[in-house]
Amino acid sequence: MAASAQRARPAWIGLWPILPALLFLGFLFLYPVAQLLWLSALDKASGDLTSAHYVRLFASPLYVKVLRITFEIAGWTTVFVILGAYPVAYYLATSSERRRNALMLWVLLPFWTSFLVRTFAWIVLLGRNGAINKWLQALGITGEPLDLIYNFTGVMIGMTHALMPLAVMTMVSVMENIDANLPRAASTLGARGGQAFWRIYFPLSLPGVAAAGLLVFITALGFFITPALLGGRLETMITQVIITQIQTMMNWAFGGAVSMLLLVAALIVFYLYDRALGMSTLAGSAAASQGEGRPNPVARLGAWAGGHVLDLLGRICDTVAGAWERVFPARPDRPRADRSRMVLTAVVALVIFFLAAPTFFIVPVSFTTDAFIEWPPKFFTLRWYQAYLDSPTWMSATVRSLMVATVAAFLAMLVGAPAAFILARRSMAGKTAAMALILSPLIIPRIIIAIALFYFYARLGLVGSSLGLVLGHAVIAVPYVVVTVMAVLKTYDERLDQAAGSLGANRVQTLWHITIPLIRTGLIAAFLFAFITSFDELTIALFVSGGLATTLPKQMWDDSLLKVNPTLAAVSTMLLVFVTALILSAEYLRRRAAAR
Amino acid sequence: MTPNATAKLIVKDLRKTYGPVVALTDASIEVREGEFLTLLGPSGSGKTTMLMVIAGLVQPDSGEVWIDGKLATYAPSFKRDLGMVFQNYALFPHMTVAENIAFPLRMRRLGQADIAREVKRVLDIVRLPHVADRLPRALSGGQQQRIALARCIVYGPSIILMDEPLGALDKKLRDEMQLEIKRLHTELGITVLYVTHDQEEAMVMSDRICLMNDARIEQLGTPADLYFRPRTLFAAGFLGESNILDATVTAVENGRAVLRLAVGDDALVRAVARDGVKPGQSVKLMVRPECLTVLGQGERAENEIQAGLKDVIMVGGITKHYARLPDGKEVVAANLTRGPVAQAAAGEALRLGWSADSSVLLV
Ligand SMILES: Nc1ncnc2c1ncn2[C@@H]1O[C@H](COP(=O)(O)OP(=O)(O)OP(=O)(O)O)[C@@H](O)[C@H]1O
Ligand SMILES: [Mg+2]
Repeated sequence: MAASAQRARPAWIGLWPILPALLFLGFLFLYPVAQLLWLSALDKASGDLTSAHYVRLFASPLYVKVLRITFEIAGWTTVFVILGAYPVAYYLATSSERRRNALMLWVLLPFWTSFLVRTFAWIVLLGRNGAINKWLQALGITGEPLDLIYNFTGVMIGMTHALMPLAVMTMVSVMENIDANLPRAASTLGARGGQAFWRIYFPLSLPGVAAAGLLVFITALGFFITPALLGGRLETMITQVIITQIQTMMNWAFGGAVSMLLLVAALIVFYLYDRALGMSTLAGSAAASQGEGRPNPVARLGAWAGGHVLDLLGRICDTVAGAWERVFPARPDRPRADRSRMVLTAVVALVIFFLAAPTFFIVPVSFTTDAFIEWPPKFFTLRWYQAYLDSPTWMSATVRSLMVATVAAFLAMLVGAPAAFILARRSMAGKTAAMALILSPLIIPRIIIAIALFYFYARLGLVGSSLGLVLGHAVIAVPYVVVTVMAVLKTYDERLDQAAGSLGANRVQTLWHITIPLIRTGLIAAFLFAFITSFDELTIALFVSGGLATTLPKQMWDDSLLKVNPTLAAVSTMLLVFVTALILSAEYLRRRAAAR
Repeated sequence: MTPNATAKLIVKDLRKTYGPVVALTDASIEVREGEFLTLLGPSGSGKTTMLMVIAGLVQPDSGEVWIDGKLATYAPSFKRDLGMVFQNYALFPHMTVAENIAFPLRMRRLGQADIAREVKRVLDIVRLPHVADRLPRALSGGQQQRIALARCIVYGPSIILMDEPLGALDKKLRDEMQLEIKRLHTELGITVLYVTHDQEEAMVMSDRICLMNDARIEQLGTPADLYFRPRTLFAAGFLGESNILDATVTAVENGRAVLRLAVGDDALVRAVARDGVKPGQSVKLMVRPECLTVLGQGERAENEIQAGLKDVIMVGGITKHYARLPDGKEVVAANLTRGPVAQAAAGEALRLGWSADSSVLLV
């Protein structure tokens, strides 16, 4: 700001670093998606405008049913995820910083572990011959194996597990901003624990709950790995229909129409959310939901009813606590044990166990001498690792994944980091719109990006090329880079730059000698996150990589559609170790950066 | 201190640690009914910790808290019936001002009509009847402060704890709110335990001040006590300006100690003795700048010392003489300005004098 004011030149010239990001996403994201949606309104033969594809879509009970199932699954997933994530987020937000960081890692670890690996882990655990059924039978709780998989239960477990970390992180960022003195103040004003929580803390945490619910619901709408591998025929989701239409039927226009449906569904949910709460709550500010003026009569009625519900919940909690106290009276001369906190700790321990533990079941299975995934595994052989290392397909897929991820991460950094500087430090017209464009690859169902790019590439001859894959992965990695770098810049004292400037350094020198060395660790962390995003990516690879040149996740997917075998367990184990190491180093670097 | 039958609040040997950090230790105070007692001390000295323990928001490692003659060390805070005003006010952001003030009454299950009446009553007391339907964030800092007070007094707690309630306000508003809090204190006859790290604020408002340092109580007494009879170097230095001189005790007679200053011409000076000082002991002598006068020709004082003038500064009604002792130590004398200050040259020799009554021994 200061620098652009010194010289008489238009302010927007100083904003050029954001241009590459906007052009990149405009060209490789916005345009292809728009084109795909446009395609859905065209007649295939004549190229005239037509509503035929949409008529077909809604005329067929099949697609309407799939849409209903998709919403049901996404809805229930959201409910379970919020129920499980809320206590964890609350616990994290109200713990000391050290404990929060330590536990956060256990929540983050599954978030970054490959979707496929996690899903395979559930197959090991939930299958008819899986660990859980074996244990239940061994303990004599059930005689027959239970159907825990290839049905609604399996899909729910898998999706809840997959999306809970996202919800925890979203809610923690809101809850951290709730002043710890507020529940304390309530307590000195005479509120027991239940009332203090339900009347004060809970309403203030609601924006976080709503934001988490929105993100989970939208993400769940676009799922296909979990329902395909853990669900049955009745759990077919809309994304699976899109994949079939495009891959098997080659019906672009109809696939586009279904995509449009998915997109519109997502946008409607966003719209409703915005009307009810305002988009700003997504940015994670507590209490942002209370608009300036007081709400309309309907909202007032809702608030009145909500107040009574919360009062009731508070009273129920306090009655239970009071009853307990009558049995075990508290004494003013003895320290109180905080029982509600102990209950909370137990619940949180269970949820974190649910999040972190299952993935590790994949490890022993990779050493089994059996030819199937079965529990307990029969030890011990390294032949599945051998099979992986000896297979040219697996090897080339691995090499390609590593290469693509490296280049895509570099590209995302090159495009994203300068944009982050502008977004973090400058005020500019249309900043919200620019931010929305940059973040939208995270929010738009990924399948839509994938087929849009597929169609776009098909005409450029980029399908099956590494370049196409790199560009596609960079599109989805850019938002991660921007968010991470912005977070680092938030803690960076800009006066250091001004000081350097006052000492005679020009802008480039300042950037090179002062800023970049100071935020280096943050930049490395952003790079690693971008790397993992690409390395783990399946949806885009599924379409864009073509038939032959495959990536590691795609090879795993193809293999698992035939049969989930111990080779997959071996690959998963190696992936698990590799990604965990990356995450730990990224996290370590991020913390070192934040500690400064 | 002698046990006091009318003590409203008694804190005995309180200790609280956070891991290796001792936040509070050996803390004992008695607060009398209707008293305004201030905890004063630098950052990290344990003031908030003491308040939190009394409020029941933090459990102490050991020690006792008695409220109204009842043991309350580990009683939950909602049972203590005291009020607390937080530094950042802790107004509930999702509730209107009226709802905020009604909250403690709701918790006490009062009827709607009673609640409405009480809310109106306290809003009148804090002179903000027109903001009832606003959200806290639509209020200025001073208004938020008043609402926090209103929310606290509405249910009539007999003790109010305040943790740096004026810390976030600017100077002018601070002065105004100090008077406001004093007014409420006298009008309502409540007992107040107040925390600040601003010594001036503590002096203006308090009946007694409890000076804290490094997790301990350094000294407890009236503002005048603390100012004119500090017991430690820390206390002398924390409140107001002070001149500190090194000295050795040569004799103790009729409540006076005779001292030889480490600096100067072997002249003996006298000070009020203090329990336990013996001849031969090295001590510090503290004299407030107001008690030090620049002696004119032929003027004498009980205690005198030679110094070289360094600077003279007139600050409105006060003239300050900065002087350097032979050992290089600086002292300052502050006296009322009685006319145009004569231009004195730096380095000019002058004599400073003070009375034995105004010299305090510190060990
Ligand atoms: N929850 C906590 N965990 C760890 N240490 C704490 C905690 N609360 C206070 N402390 C430590 O206890 C000591 C006393 O803190 P306290 O907040 O009582 O000081 P204070 O006198 O109120 O200071 P200030 O004027 O800055 O508010 C400090 O060293 C502080 O770091
Ligand atoms: Mg404090």
